[in-house]
Amino acid sequence: MAAMTETAETAESAETAETAKTAETVPAAVREAPAARAGEAVRRRPRPRVWRGAVLALAGAYFLLPLLASFVFTVHVPGQGVTFEAYTELLGADGFSQSLLLSLGLAAATIVLSLLLAVPALIAVRIGSPRLRPVVEVVCMLPLVVPPIALVTGITTVLRWGPEHLSRTPLYQTFIAVQDERFPVVLVLAYTVLALPFVHRSLDAGLRAVDVPTLVEAARSCGASWPYVVWRVLLPNLRTSLAGAAFLTLALVLGEFTIASLLGFRPFAVWIVSISGAQARMSVAVSILSLLITWLLLLVLSRAGTAPSTTASAPATSRKES
Amino acid sequence: MSAPTTTPHREGTAGGTTPRRRRRGPRTWLAALPLLVFTGLCFGIPLGAIAFGAVTRTDPDTGATRATGEHLARSLQGPYLGSLTGSVQLSALTALIATLLGVLIAQALVTSRSAALRSAALTASGVLANFGGVPLAFAFIATAGISGVATQLADLTGLGWDLYSFTGLTVVYLYFLVPLMVLVTVPALDGLRPQWREAAQNNGATALQFWRHVGLPVLAPSLLGGFVLLFGTAFAAHATAAALVGGSVPLVTLKIADALSGNVLTGQENVALALGLDMILIAGLVMAVYLPLQRRSARWLR
Repeated sequence: MAAMTETAETAESAETAETAKTAETVPAAVREAPAARAGEAVRRRPRPRVWRGAVLALAGAYFLLPLLASFVFTVHVPGQGVTFEAYTELLGADGFSQSLLLSLGLAAATIVLSLLLAVPALIAVRIGSPRLRPVVEVVCMLPLVVPPIALVTGITTVLRWGPEHLSRTPLYQTFIAVQDERFPVVLVLAYTVLALPFVHRSLDAGLRAVDVPTLVEAARSCGASWPYVVWRVLLPNLRTSLAGAAFLTLALVLGEFTIASLLGFRPFAVWIVSISGAQARMSVAVSILSLLITWLLLLVLSRAGTAPSTTASAPATSRKES
Repeated sequence: MSAPTTTPHREGTAGGTTPRRRRRGPRTWLAALPLLVFTGLCFGIPLGAIAFGAVTRTDPDTGATRATGEHLARSLQGPYLGSLTGSVQLSALTALIATLLGVLIAQALVTSRSAALRSAALTASGVLANFGGVPLAFAFIATAGISGVATQLADLTGLGWDLYSFTGLTVVYLYFLVPLMVLVTVPALDGLRPQWREAAQNNGATALQFWRHVGLPVLAPSLLGGFVLLFGTAFAAHATAAALVGGSVPLVTLKIADALSGNVLTGQENVALALGLDMILIAGLVMAVYLPLQRRSARWLR
């Protein structure tokens, strides 16, 4: 999951990188001896092609089969033939819209919170406080070490302190408020912790590709204020990684089951499991839809992220390669 | 002469003599403060609660708390130990298979000339690597469960297939681990510069010799790092297994969930905390291997 941001970047720079590589990296000696190389290439080419085709075909079959089979499962009822009821009845299903809206709301809150926390910290670490950098990195990466199920044991323990020790203090009200059924803030907090490693990695990669100190100094010496520098100079350059961070967080929150179910809330993933017993077909249909939606989001975001910023990040890309 | 004069000057700025410099330091530090405070509260406190609860026992009558090793000891015995080793076995096996398959697929993608295939496959990997959890479990139940489509068509049950078993879980885990490995490996394989291979060829090396002496040593940290990352991912996975097998395969995540949500005996929560601590220690060990490896591979693959 962590590596997903690299996909967008690789796809973006793949073409330019390849042309650049072949142009500058082919050694003179090789170019001077084309005959020998061509002969060798002809001899060697067929073998890897067969191998490559077999590998990709097998992989494709393995990854497509469950998707196709699930689709068949949802539309084909043994003895009755093909029906699309599992999909048409979805919208009216009990709890579908509530749980989906809850998940989307949680995702939006998590994205906003994690970006608000991480963006200033990472920019600050880049321009002003390099000594803080390892601290911020470790702090952001630590949640990777803690599996969600372990985190939730800690959270339940802490939440139990509310009624047990703090019932006489104003903190108790806070403990009740964060566990509100309609919008469980405690989930936003937990999800932000889980999302931090991915947000950090995505933003860090983006900041690495941009020469932040130079940009900031140039903007500052032109008289731009700090908010202006961040909003109009740095953030547009980070568009790809911001989109990547937001997407990863959205995917994480929409699919999250462990923490929500053990804390007793009912967002989307928990809802799917709760209906699976009575309506197996519908639960599979929702699973397929969630995959399609994720796919669509990824495509849209990778387009939105790369297209406008290609020109802006072009110099940075070439710098990185040198 | 210039060096000694600049050094005290810099020290002076830290102490607060030059206004321009001084303003910069604290300000940027403040921008990182919300992040540090947040993680301290929302991550540090639960972690502390796990560690504290795992090694203490509170008497329900007197309210007195004392340190004890019994929870940790119990978490390493009987069915709890079985679930830990079950998780480690499953994670190691799936990570190993996924590493091999992922490298093969990644190499096939990197060497293929079709840019469209490559970008489509990478996008697909990005989605599939995230397609863990509940939806994946249901897709596999529909495919290879008891009344699944493939089970019915190919009579898999007659062949001894059981989705709700260790083997079944392995096949399901590979579905998100292999794409993850592809994502991790493609940049590394891209980083193998063509001129290294050309240099090796010009010196008369065969393809096998190139991989043995140049390719694999350069890739080794990335591959090992990928393996470790997959291990950690599989080890921490809970939703897929929870939606799929319930209790028939002993996994530590399922045991923790049982202890947290079931009608538990007193003190059982503390065993859950101890198991959580065990998991964190194992995952921490894994990350302690992974991060230096990543740094090492970054040195070569730029």
